[in-house]
Amino acid sequence: MVEIAQSGKLERRSVVRALLEDRGDMLAIGGLGAPAWDITAAGDSPLNLPLWGGMGGAAMMGLGLALAQPDRRVLVVTGDGEMLMGIGSLATIATKQPRNLSVVVLDNEHYGETGMQETATRHGVDLAGMARAAGIADSRRVETPEQVLALRDAIRAGQGPLFAQVKIDAASLPLVLPPREAAILQARMREAILGPEAHLQ
Amino acid sequence: MQREQLESAPDAAADWPDRIYGLLKEHGIRQVALVPDAGHSRLIKRCLADNDLKVVTLTTEEEGIAMLFGAWLGGEKGVLLMQSSGVGNCINMLSVPIAHRTPCPMIVTMRGDHGEFNPFQVPMGNATQQVLEAMGTLVKRADTAEDVAPTVNATLRLAFNTYRPTATLIGQRVLGAKTFGK
Repeated sequence: MVEIAQSGKLERRSVVRALLEDRGDMLAIGGLGAPAWDITAAGDSPLNLPLWGGMGGAAMMGLGLALAQPDRRVLVVTGDGEMLMGIGSLATIATKQPRNLSVVVLDNEHYGETGMQETATRHGVDLAGMARAAGIADSRRVETPEQVLALRDAIRAGQGPLFAQVKIDAASLPLVLPPREAAILQARMREAILGPEAHLQ
Repeated sequence: MQREQLESAPDAAADWPDRIYGLLKEHGIRQVALVPDAGHSRLIKRCLADNDLKVVTLTTEEEGIAMLFGAWLGGEKGVLLMQSSGVGNCINMLSVPIAHRTPCPMIVTMRGDHGEFNPFQVPMGNATQQVLEAMGTLVKRADTAEDVAPTVNATLRLAFNTYRPTATLIGQRVLGAKTFGK
């Protein structure tokens, strides 16, 4: 169930939970900071790659993974600050048009990990518009629970590339930390995808 | 002088780009991330002509570090082609293959190195090796055409066998300095 916060905006963890519910073999990358905690709160899994760094790289990691695994859905869940730092990657992704890649930006209009300084989206920068202009035709602004559910269906349909700017409540929620040893994070996802031979490649 | 001549390697007989292409195939590389450089133009053409390679032109080189990490997660090997100035754009993103212990081979054509004409190329060209090494990358240089293939081979082997960022720097003595007709 997708919840609305007192601000009238979407509650981030309920959005992420809805997107990952009954996910099947869908792979998820969580951008550093709150999106990584959000995918972990929805249920830590070898199919999750929560990031502790590499700011600006989440969408491109999604592209490399989507190109390598064209038969799997790949979902990147990241924040507005992280996406803005790698904004050029929207152009790069658009040139490849990966049908199995979705990039969902949880837009709270702030840098949440560093003291809630405002990001450019606070001043009206239209990320979905930028993605559409780059050539990602299905680029949406999501503000209601119904739109979240429609987004979930679109991600599952695999007719991407897909981009969504989800306007969320800015409240900082309790930390739900994933493992911090990044060698384990990559190895467990590789094994989940490739089996034990992942470690013999 | 024609622009095409001006921007390509001076010795058209040198086949080192073709030998690098052969190594990419031999090592089973499937993804090639790049920001173009004149020194890489022949190799880029070979890669673009190969339907088994997924060639991705980036807006900035750090995207390639991230993309190669995603490729490895999904079981594919990748390589990043760039010019020395692009190394500066990669610095923080190199924390990703280091922390995750994943392969990240880079093939770098040097500017600001030997007979450079453009002052803006010198600071990053002069710092390329130090910057990479400061970020935990194993760096090998090739300063003759004969050295390029064995050095790139070592760079690919080190990356995929020992799970870390590695780089070959192809010196400007191999590539020829861009002289802008001077």
